[in-house]
Amino acid sequence: MENREVAILLRGITKSFGDVTANSNVNLDVYKGEILSLLGENGSGKTTLMNMLAGIYYPDAGQIIINGKEAVIRSPRDAFDLGIGMVHQHFKLIDVFNATENIILGLEGKLNIKEAEKRIKEICDKYGFEINTKKKIYDMSVSEKQTVEIVKVLYRGADILILDEPTAVLTPQETEKLFNVMRNMKHDGKSIVIITHKLNEVQSISDRVAVLRHGEFINDMKTSKTNAQEMTDMMVGHSVSLNIERPEPVDPKPRITVENLTVVDEEGLVKLDDVSFTANTGEILGIAGISGCGQKELLRAIAGLEIVKEGKITYIHQDGRTEELLGKSPREISELGVKLSFVPEDRLGMGLVGNMNLADNMMLRSYRNGKSRFFTEKKQPRELARKVVDKLQVATPSIDTPVRLLSGGNVQKVLVGREISSRPKVLLTAYAVRGLDISSSYQIYDLINQQKKRGAAVLFVGEDLDVLVELCDRILVLCGGKVTGIVDGRNTDKYTLGSMMTQKGEA
Amino acid sequence: MFSLVAFIPRAVQQGVPLLLGSTGETITEKSGNLNLGIPGVMYVGAISGVIGSFFYEQSVPSGQLNGFLAIFIPLICALIGSFLMGLLYCFLTVSLRANQNVTGLAMTTFGIGFGNFFGGSLIKLAGADVPSISLSATSAYFSKSLPFASKTGWFGKVFLSYGFLAYVAIIIALICAYVLKKTRVGLHLRAVGEDPAAADAAGIDVKKYKYVSTCLGCMIAGLGGLYYVMDYACGVWSNDAFGDRGWLAIALVIFTIWKPDIGILSSILFGGLYILYLYLPSGTHTEYKELYKMIPYIVTLVVLVITSMRNKKEDQPPKSLGTNYFREER
Repeated sequence: MENREVAILLRGITKSFGDVTANSNVNLDVYKGEILSLLGENGSGKTTLMNMLAGIYYPDAGQIIINGKEAVIRSPRDAFDLGIGMVHQHFKLIDVFNATENIILGLEGKLNIKEAEKRIKEICDKYGFEINTKKKIYDMSVSEKQTVEIVKVLYRGADILILDEPTAVLTPQETEKLFNVMRNMKHDGKSIVIITHKLNEVQSISDRVAVLRHGEFINDMKTSKTNAQEMTDMMVGHSVSLNIERPEPVDPKPRITVENLTVVDEEGLVKLDDVSFTANTGEILGIAGISGCGQKELLRAIAGLEIVKEGKITYIHQDGRTEELLGKSPREISELGVKLSFVPEDRLGMGLVGNMNLADNMMLRSYRNGKSRFFTEKKQPRELARKVVDKLQVATPSIDTPVRLLSGGNVQKVLVGREISSRPKVLLTAYAVRGLDISSSYQIYDLINQQKKRGAAVLFVGEDLDVLVELCDRILVLCGGKVTGIVDGRNTDKYTLGSMMTQKGEA
Repeated sequence: MFSLVAFIPRAVQQGVPLLLGSTGETITEKSGNLNLGIPGVMYVGAISGVIGSFFYEQSVPSGQLNGFLAIFIPLICALIGSFLMGLLYCFLTVSLRANQNVTGLAMTTFGIGFGNFFGGSLIKLAGADVPSISLSATSAYFSKSLPFASKTGWFGKVFLSYGFLAYVAIIIALICAYVLKKTRVGLHLRAVGEDPAAADAAGIDVKKYKYVSTCLGCMIAGLGGLYYVMDYACGVWSNDAFGDRGWLAIALVIFTIWKPDIGILSSILFGGLYILYLYLPSGTHTEYKELYKMIPYIVTLVVLVITSMRNKKEDQPPKSLGTNYFREER
């Protein structure tokens, strides 16, 4: 490296939680006035490593050297004093406070809101933020909250900023805005570490990239001297194909027809408006749309979890018999012999119970099985849990570990593994790869494709348009609860989808 | 005949222990600690004061009490007793992260047992033929009102006829409201109760805030117990006489939507509702009286329903209320 000043030196950092080693012997350098991307799969220890800089965790071993001096960071306050500020993935803001109150939280001295607002404005002007200081956090969009978090860090005079997956929740426009701000901060001499999965963002924003794998430091390099394939291989540890497979559907036959489905929520808002389509066997039907356009309600309606105003949802058996699903509970649906599997977007809320272990979570699907009406049958769920762990390579100490202790990708694997183990005829997935790293995502795509080849009808609600275009046979586009079109995945591109997602009213 | 001028002072005297209890519990809850031990804490505050004053009265010949010491000794005893209760609660829930509900309920049981045990012992020591101790000399100092209060007619009766602790209670409530609303300490405390992880990330010492506010809250609540026995009950301690006032104080916290300044008038309202059964005609049907005693609790339920229906974010309980915080939890 050229002679630039070093902001952070990490040497031999090790941290473990119980039996799980999150970081082992990590060395990392961050220079002044640069943007460093920290790249790694889920559970590779990126966030843990950065949390040790922010004072949330304390390392078991190793040295942290900040601006040439060895530092001991025991609390977030120590981190501020060293000029380190972290914007966490799950924002650390108080909902009922307004922006100013959140920004000055934890600081000493007399409370002077006017003065604080003035300084906030100066910071905003300097770097190009927009912020309404009086607005309460609970009224804010995700992007506004993020702005508050970043200003909060800058207000404390941080020279080293750590951003944990800042773009995961932003629209492309908001991301671009954030990147502009980050560039402004870099020119101001600040060091920025950005944790991310998205390779295109790594390439567009960072100067250098460092890769972690299984808690160990693998390599760092200049972003300009590497490419997506090389970075992926380093992250995963072996060569990964970056193409999504799309086998031709075999003998597609209608499996579920939805006719004139209308859903109105408690507050009287129309969530789904006259939606009609057919899902075929052996086919992946993608569902695209800006978030909150009725995707969730559509899947929930099919799964029997939504109160529907009008419409029909018909299931067609192998032998041509039909079954009306509307108005039936999930249990009634499964008793009809309709094999539905649902991978909801809210994994630890609707899909799994965080405090229960892997085996018990498997039982959520099979608790009615077994010989005794009184005692539970534990043997089969335990076998299934073992099978899922083996087949999908779930990183877990044991099948007796509570699911909430697993990382996001592994939680998703447990959920998907359980849902497909019942060999479903219909597989509903909502944002199946949200928050997952590259290799986990590809494993999930593979699993979905396997179900498709088996002849299941797959409904795939997705947000990444590139993936939808590559993976799905047909794509249904929702806009404000209305279907704005169903297109063939082979002859479309993301720009067409993008414009369909925003056209209101015309079907 | 029902007379408002006679009713209001009685309501206020009923309200003061509730006000102190609820102010203490409010600042405790603002730190995210749901201290259901408050009834026990108030009980311990009362008996500690009684113990202190009992031994002081015993040690000097009757009629020669020093006015300052007669107030100072029970006061300090009550503060220390309730402080130790607060410390115990914090040690269990903050340091050891024990379940808050279980700890609180255990402390209420413990506090009442503690009070009755020492109350009983003192009654034995005093050798009285009634199951109570009378500390009327000390009580006279506690309930002393301003000398000209009785000369100002209805105004004096309604506003000036109380012992000093009643005014202290109102001042404490006002100070707490001001600190919570206007100062940095208040901002930090509210943040700790809403989201300790966010407060921690902002550099606030969560443990310190929880300890200090809970112990302080317990001391304030303990004063409520002291007021009850020394002023309201005229220095007469008998076991279990304190009743369910501690629970009423916790209900009052919800009623005031966690705002000590609202507590001032609400506590008087609650005090009035608490003794309303004495004024409502029930003839020979004493069971009606029991129904009337439910009124304060019913009012609290109504307030709960209304605040949750309005769903205004600021009027909800502190978000992390009842949960313990551990920084390195995954």
